[in-house]
Amino acid sequence: MNSLTNRFSTTGPLSELKRAQALVENEEFSDSAWGSEAGFGSLAKGVPNFTVPSVPDPSAFLRLHTDDHADPNCRIKIQHGTTTLAFRFQGGVIVAVDSRATAGSYVASGTVKKVIEINPYLLGTMAGGAADCQYWETYLGIHCRLHELRNHERISVSAASKYLSNLVYSYKGMGLSMGTMICGWDKTGPAVFYVDSDGTRLKGDLFSVGSGSTFAYGVLDQGYRWDLTDEEAQELGRRSIYCCRTPRCLLWLTLEDGWKFIGNYDISKLHYDGPGETPGAGYGYDVRIERSTAAPVAVQA
Amino acid sequence: MPDMVALSRQQPQERQFNPYSENGGTILAISGADFSVIAGDTRQSEGYSIQTRYAPKVFRLTDKAVLAVNGFAADGNMFVKQVRQRLEWYRHAHAKDMPLRAIARLIQTMLYARRFFPYYVYNILGGIEDDGSGAVYSFDPVGSYERESCRAAGAAQSLVQPFLDNQIYFKNQVPQPGMTHPKHLPLGTVGDGLEMFVVLAKGSPLYGLENFDGVQEMTSTHEGERIFVVRRNLKRD
Repeated sequence: MNSLTNRFSTTGPLSELKRAQALVENEEFSDSAWGSEAGFGSLAKGVPNFTVPSVPDPSAFLRLHTDDHADPNCRIKIQHGTTTLAFRFQGGVIVAVDSRATAGSYVASGTVKKVIEINPYLLGTMAGGAADCQYWETYLGIHCRLHELRNHERISVSAASKYLSNLVYSYKGMGLSMGTMICGWDKTGPAVFYVDSDGTRLKGDLFSVGSGSTFAYGVLDQGYRWDLTDEEAQELGRRSIYCCRTPRCLLWLTLEDGWKFIGNYDISKLHYDGPGETPGAGYGYDVRIERSTAAPVAVQA
Repeated sequence: MPDMVALSRQQPQERQFNPYSENGGTILAISGADFSVIAGDTRQSEGYSIQTRYAPKVFRLTDKAVLAVNGFAADGNMFVKQVRQRLEWYRHAHAKDMPLRAIARLIQTMLYARRFFPYYVYNILGGIEDDGSGAVYSFDPVGSYERESCRAAGAAQSLVQPFLDNQIYFKNQVPQPGMTHPKHLPLGTVGDGLEMFVVLAKGSPLYGLENFDGVQEMTSTHEGERIFVVRRNLKRD
């Protein structure tokens, strides 16, 4: 009886202690911020928490200050990714991206790494808001690892992509912008899933996302077959990115035992020398439609 | 006489919450094999008026990390304050300074925590990694980041970055026949900022830094990483 009154009373030392505890936990950072748990910043309390401006319509506020499509003169220019593509074939998944990021009309960086290595088996690409993709795919990596620890097996690509799509869907309308492909190899073989910030999640063989995607699709569609050899598939990835007029092309291949980085290619070198090693051979139509097995040599970034 | 209260009720109304301002200025950072240089001007302006000629934009975080912030000065100062607090908490919990790559990730998550109410700041973090190499990390206002060799941000980004691309990455430069571009620049040939921090890795030579005008060392011992600061006056125009 005594314990019951203790538990539900609003006065007395016990409830005072409870109130004090609640107060401490509601502070911006709990005690966990002092130790390693605080490693993922806003995740100090286990779930991400975001500061939201105290205005009637926070997403309108965000749009007013950050949406450079609607208003090129907006103050805060967020970095955006441009072209990414990924396709599935008998030998695995090819992921090819360019390395350009824009902030408004300014080319903010020509050296961006638009493939996020979620873990040794999963790759995510980055188109749309660079920070959104980087942050949420890193966060996805944490949860893929937790899945491994809890279930003693790797997460499937399907489950990982669904985790991400459910996550961004819960922020729908808040102004997130991401278009990503989650690529990997699981029990079902190579897999590619397209996930975007609207909540779309699609399984498919080939996807291209970003402002250069239409050009990439043009090349990709005419050259794509399931039974492509590894070299042919890599060349198709490079050629598709080449058509987006970008300075560099980065290439990954996902295999059964994890992804591997193929290379960083200088597109202007490719333009003049073609897929082979002959200087001045060019990358014209006849060179491009000829199924070359000679892979160009990757250059150091 | 019209009823003002009724009138105002009929008219469309618009209110805007605009907590941001632009305070000008430029920051830049360059990294080499065993050093990094982080520079920023010290003028703070709003529109055509200069608010002050000395408001630092470059801040020392730890013995081997320096952070430059540009954009809205109030947000920037607050952000640096919060980063420093988190670094101090880390020091108390782990009895060591946070490594540079961890500071970079911390900054990402701190910026992203304000994804829906962003800080109007462009951050550039420079310093020495645990392996002794010089590093520069650049951030966008909501936390996308990348390790680079050089980066400029702020009002003159579009003027300074192409210059750095040419001088550091040797863009649009063709090496002499039989020669290659040097891998890393010697320190003597880089930058002349208005407030310039130079972080040298442990045991790294001074690269003639001791003969620089107005250089001042911020570290007391010569054993670990050494931080130097060079201050130059503005044109005062």
